[in-house]
Amino acid sequence: MRLANGLDLLVVTKSGLPVIDVQLVVRGGAVLDAPAKSGRASLTAELVDEGTDRYSALEISDQVELLGADLELRAGWDACFASCHGLSGRLAEMLDLLGEIVLRPRFPEDEFRRKHQERLHQLAQERDEPRLVAVKTLNRVVFGDDHPFGKPLSGTAATVASLDRSSLLEYYASGFVPSNAHLVIVGDITPDRALNLAEKTFGQWLRAAVPERDWSGVVTRPRATKLVDKPGAAQSEVRVGHVGPSRGTPDYYALQVLNTILGGSFKSRLNMTLRERKGFTYGANSTLALRRNGGLFSAGAAVFTDHTAETIAITVHEIDRIREEPVTTEEIERARQYLALGFMRHFETTSEIAAHLAELALYDLPDSYLQEYPVQIAEVSRAAVSAVAQRHLRPEQLAIVVVGDRARVHEPIEAIGLGPIDVWEAE
Amino acid sequence: MQIQLPFSSFTLRNGLQLIVHEDHSVPIAAVNLWYRVGSKDERPGRTGFAHLFEHLMFEGSANVPQGQFDELLEVVGGINNGSTSTDRTNYWETVPSAACELALFLEADRMGSLPDAMTQAKLDAQRDVVKNERRQSYENRPYGLAFETMHAALYPSTHPYHWPIIGWMPDLDAATLSDVNAFFRRYYVPNNASLCVAGDVDAQQIHELAEKYFGPIPPAAPPAPVSAPLPALSASRASSLEDDVHLPRVYIAWHSPAMFETGDAELDVLGAAMSQGKNARLYRSLVYQNEWAQDVQAFQSSALLGSTFNVVVTARPGIELDRLVEAVWSELRAAARDLERIEVQRAVNRFETSLVDSLQTVGGFGGRADRLNHYAFYLNDPDGVQRDLDRYRRIEPDAVMQAAHTTLLDASAITLTVLPRARTSPLLVSA
Repeated sequence: MRLANGLDLLVVTKSGLPVIDVQLVVRGGAVLDAPAKSGRASLTAELVDEGTDRYSALEISDQVELLGADLELRAGWDACFASCHGLSGRLAEMLDLLGEIVLRPRFPEDEFRRKHQERLHQLAQERDEPRLVAVKTLNRVVFGDDHPFGKPLSGTAATVASLDRSSLLEYYASGFVPSNAHLVIVGDITPDRALNLAEKTFGQWLRAAVPERDWSGVVTRPRATKLVDKPGAAQSEVRVGHVGPSRGTPDYYALQVLNTILGGSFKSRLNMTLRERKGFTYGANSTLALRRNGGLFSAGAAVFTDHTAETIAITVHEIDRIREEPVTTEEIERARQYLALGFMRHFETTSEIAAHLAELALYDLPDSYLQEYPVQIAEVSRAAVSAVAQRHLRPEQLAIVVVGDRARVHEPIEAIGLGPIDVWEAE
Repeated sequence: MQIQLPFSSFTLRNGLQLIVHEDHSVPIAAVNLWYRVGSKDERPGRTGFAHLFEHLMFEGSANVPQGQFDELLEVVGGINNGSTSTDRTNYWETVPSAACELALFLEADRMGSLPDAMTQAKLDAQRDVVKNERRQSYENRPYGLAFETMHAALYPSTHPYHWPIIGWMPDLDAATLSDVNAFFRRYYVPNNASLCVAGDVDAQQIHELAEKYFGPIPPAAPPAPVSAPLPALSASRASSLEDDVHLPRVYIAWHSPAMFETGDAELDVLGAAMSQGKNARLYRSLVYQNEWAQDVQAFQSSALLGSTFNVVVTARPGIELDRLVEAVWSELRAAARDLERIEVQRAVNRFETSLVDSLQTVGGFGGRADRLNHYAFYLNDPDGVQRDLDRYRRIEPDAVMQAAHTTLLDASAITLTVLPRARTSPLLVSA
């Protein structure tokens, strides 16, 4: 369904429990931020509920609490999300409030100053978290300083310091328009009533042109190792990764199976080796973060300091091996079943269903995707897994990042011979 | 609002409690098994054992070779996990309903025969995994040792809540194979467990399957329930820790009424009134208006033998922790004087939504099966969801203010400050 102003409406009726999810997905997201202004989209999203034409920040918060609702405003790489979850008996009030904050935010100067300070202190705090330092450093090495993905979604101290209220207004004005948005409603409601309420709340939202930015031209880099020192750390955070394909890749299903075998489930090669056989870690995994314009393949674990170098060697070896040798029949069988049969588990809650609908909308997937998924997964062959492993995994381009006790890990990492090590500072 | 969570319950001859909840809307089944053993049942010198044991439960039993537990479940598209608290250990599998029998077989096999397949090598490997879990989740995490330090200060060394669930590192090293087997024979017996199966299942059929797989497992002498006198702090005490952190933080904790006792829900409501939402008293004062703090939390942490009420405040640079502590006391005194009905209403509404929300899932942590077992354990009656909601609905502001007085203002507290480590600034590069 589509409103007259271009707003796309997706509704799923789920009766049983009196709960409802309303999610407004505004295309764009942090990928629209120039690298020097990273953190802009996320700060904009967080500011929309800090004061509107009708309500102050405290009044909005009080209403949310009294409704017993969860209001979430956040930016992703490809979209900003404004969602409200609560009891369906309070839907009209929830929508009213959501409409007010999304359509009429004022970005008050004092609230901007407060949130801006809060973000800067939060970024300083994040430097205390080895896991976050490792993830941020990996993205920085993989994508470089000239690509939005090279910066954290929440920005860095330097980029956030450079933001002012007007940069947020600019983002809001160009991104928050109805023809750029999808409204997802899931829960105890009929489609007719949903349409009615959506018209009432969002029907007056004005159209505007939408910016598009193509960031697909990522520069690939040769293998590099970066070490961030954390003296006395009990463990090392190890991450390896490189540029991955976009969400729209035709290899999507085979990649899911590949990743499940490599590091996407408990029985995966990385977890079985590093956790169950070696006891180096509480858990090892690999992930594919696929976005509209490119993505990230990464793998890693938090390991006992003495096993840092061996963990890197094993991880790189497993990435090599899954390209060189076909996966076993048992592995592919297990991975396909795990993904295909496990898929239905992800439709239990209104929030999970809303997330699936948002994904359909955001990545232009056909409505049939949800039925097709298990079928497509079941059809992935061993040969297809090998083919996508060779096409998408590039061991010679891996960025290797370690956050740990340099005095104890530097020499052992050097000894495994994966090239020179740069010592970096956390950003 | 009336919340329905219908179930049937049976007790097998060996004492295993069985609870079945049918819901055929999604073709999945949740198997959820609670053992009435937690870190409270450990003894000094062997702390962390209940949790280490939880890991060993996934390493194979008489008819399930090592590695097959996860293998068999992944092949049918199932997921599984377990958790250990101070009070109990739980295990669950969520599977397509056709694989429910498999999950029951796996749980029964390890209940019936874990020691038959236990080896020194398995113990050693999982000990390493758990030591890494301790490093990852506590030692290498900012402020990660604060709560175990607080617990050690709140409870005397003989109290079962004195030590952390994850255990002390030297104790993990000390665990032996004979400890493992003795622990199993004492606690992992059908008459010390409650099995809940929920979802797209038939109660009669589940009863039969439970008889088939669990029925032959012999019961054992029931473990004596752990009892401990309610600890009382004779005086308020303060201590300090250093950590690799940028911002100082202060933790304040009081002993408070046990789970489901009078005052438990009232203090939960007080916590929300103090820190949930921008207009909550502590948040508004410390974070929103004065900007002295980066964040603040106030919450009741409920448990079987006694709970704690906690306030945690992270300071902005340059703000003395003493000033924050003073502000916390002053806001608590104010709340105990003039808490308004609307503040209670907000907290109760939020509790209501989160309760209804948790019922959306049949399996996993906090889903319907887990919730039925939760009430069976803490209330001795699975039929607790409405009662749980009603105890919140009935709360009057006076009762919250009364609880604030009795538990917090008129009692002693433990205060811990976590300060940035003096020696080096973390994450700086040495030449």
